[in-house]
Amino acid sequence: MSAPVRSAKAEGHSRESAGQSFDPGYNFAYLDEATKRMIRRALLKAIAIPGHQIPFGAREMPLPYGWGTGGIQVTASILGPRDVLKVIDQGADDTTNAVSIRRFFHRVAGVATTTRTAEATIIQTRHRIPERPLTEGQVMVFQVPMPEPLFKLEPRLAETRRLHALGDYSLAQVKLYEDIARQGEGGSAYSHPVMVNHRYLMSPSPIPGFDNPKLHMSPALMLFGAGREKKIYAVPPYTSVVSLDFDDHPFRPVRAPHACAACGSTTSYLDEIVTDDRGGRMFVCSDTDHCAETQIARKAAE
Amino acid sequence: MSPILEGQGLALRFGAVRALDDVSLALWPGEVVAIVGESGSGKSTLLRVLAGLTAPQSGQVLYHDAEGATQDVHALREAERRVLMRRDWGFVHQNARDGLRMGVSAGGNIGERLMAAGGRHYGNIRTAAAEWMARVEMDPARMDEAPRNFSGGMQQRLQIARCLVTRPRLVFMDEPTGGLDVSVQARLLDLIRSLVAELGLAVLFVTHDIAAARLLAHRIVVMRHGRIVEEGLADRVLDDPQHPYTQLLVASVLAA
Repeated sequence: MSAPVRSAKAEGHSRESAGQSFDPGYNFAYLDEATKRMIRRALLKAIAIPGHQIPFGAREMPLPYGWGTGGIQVTASILGPRDVLKVIDQGADDTTNAVSIRRFFHRVAGVATTTRTAEATIIQTRHRIPERPLTEGQVMVFQVPMPEPLFKLEPRLAETRRLHALGDYSLAQVKLYEDIARQGEGGSAYSHPVMVNHRYLMSPSPIPGFDNPKLHMSPALMLFGAGREKKIYAVPPYTSVVSLDFDDHPFRPVRAPHACAACGSTTSYLDEIVTDDRGGRMFVCSDTDHCAETQIARKAAE
Repeated sequence: MSPILEGQGLALRFGAVRALDDVSLALWPGEVVAIVGESGSGKSTLLRVLAGLTAPQSGQVLYHDAEGATQDVHALREAERRVLMRRDWGFVHQNARDGLRMGVSAGGNIGERLMAAGGRHYGNIRTAAAEWMARVEMDPARMDEAPRNFSGGMQQRLQIARCLVTRPRLVFMDEPTGGLDVSVQARLLDLIRSLVAELGLAVLFVTHDIAAARLLAHRIVVMRHGRIVEEGLADRVLDDPQHPYTQLLVASVLAA
């Protein structure tokens, strides 16, 4: 069994080296080789057609739908013994989902795990892209609940496929028009649709709009897995990813106008934490690794 | 000059029913043609086939675009046909609900055509939407209301505004005044007539209302059992009908 994973917050980082507690009762990385090959085929296709959704035969995984079954299958099929895995959930390394998925792969693949963005070769994520700029050779794996960006606008999947084929995205533009007409600004704080490689409209999975610009021309490979919907899509390195907007209402990433209460950062994405029932609240970095690094850097400077 | 739209030898059967039986029809630029006939005579089917919505079993539909090129509508790829439909053509449905998005505001409905044609400037889209609402005699101040807040006649006018905002060359209308009461019908017909004259549109419309045909159309085509039985200038067909069926049709109009 794997050793307990310590919290990344404040007291530093946690890291487990490879091979410590690989359970030989499982095939490497849990999935059988044929399934992994099938998923890799879908991944190659997805990388060849940036932003296009590729169907794949998603398997039952030992966690419920909505907890990252798509992401975990993608991670399982690209994982190699020398990889270093980081798992984040809403930016944090120490939440239940992140800890269990990290522990799962440590057990069934024996790979090294880390909470440091800089050390990781594969980062499975739910709802965030790390603050630290990604580098070439890193792979982001997104857990996607609903891969279809037009889902809320056109309920028939056959019709959405036709709209993708024809590149007819006026529906999404109409939605944006309606948001601006009603509220004076774009209405989606997260999962704001993006145009990939000037061709396919893509849901960036529910990352905040704040993270959308990080997808654009990123040196890292971005893979998206939707387990329940059985779809895989991808953004290869250095691909144009543009958030949908109007010329006179450009897309603006939104961030709470505060400094992080723990590290003082004024540039990172913040979580609002309610501290009591009398309206007390504080804002802290959602990216725990980034927050810890900033704190260490600040202490060193003092 | 060549016709803007040509149907040649169109045939379509639904089982044993001949909906279209060797129908040929030409529409010239700036011309308004009415297709009249009783229910089941194949007039709506003809409109749908000419508009590229239903494929004929034989025959072809030719469209001559603004650059002078000729396109075989049913041989086009779907993507090309869609471009044609949203750039050069408009289709006004009998029921405004079929032509409008009921969950989207009036301004959004008009703007959708512009956005589909590549419009990405919010301010310009709104200006165009307001302008077109005014042109179809609606209050531009209501452009953020959903179509369900509007009366039947207003919904129909909104549908027309949505069609015309991209300045099509050719508009198909399927019973545009159907289901509206008489005074609303009269105002709508008046509006369509002035817009058509102003914009120089070619219009092909289906109606069973002889009075509407007389008011709008330059030319009338009479259909029965999937065939064109009579065709000619509106006044000629209505005042001097030759075919027994046309005579019956004209004679059955109730004088108020």
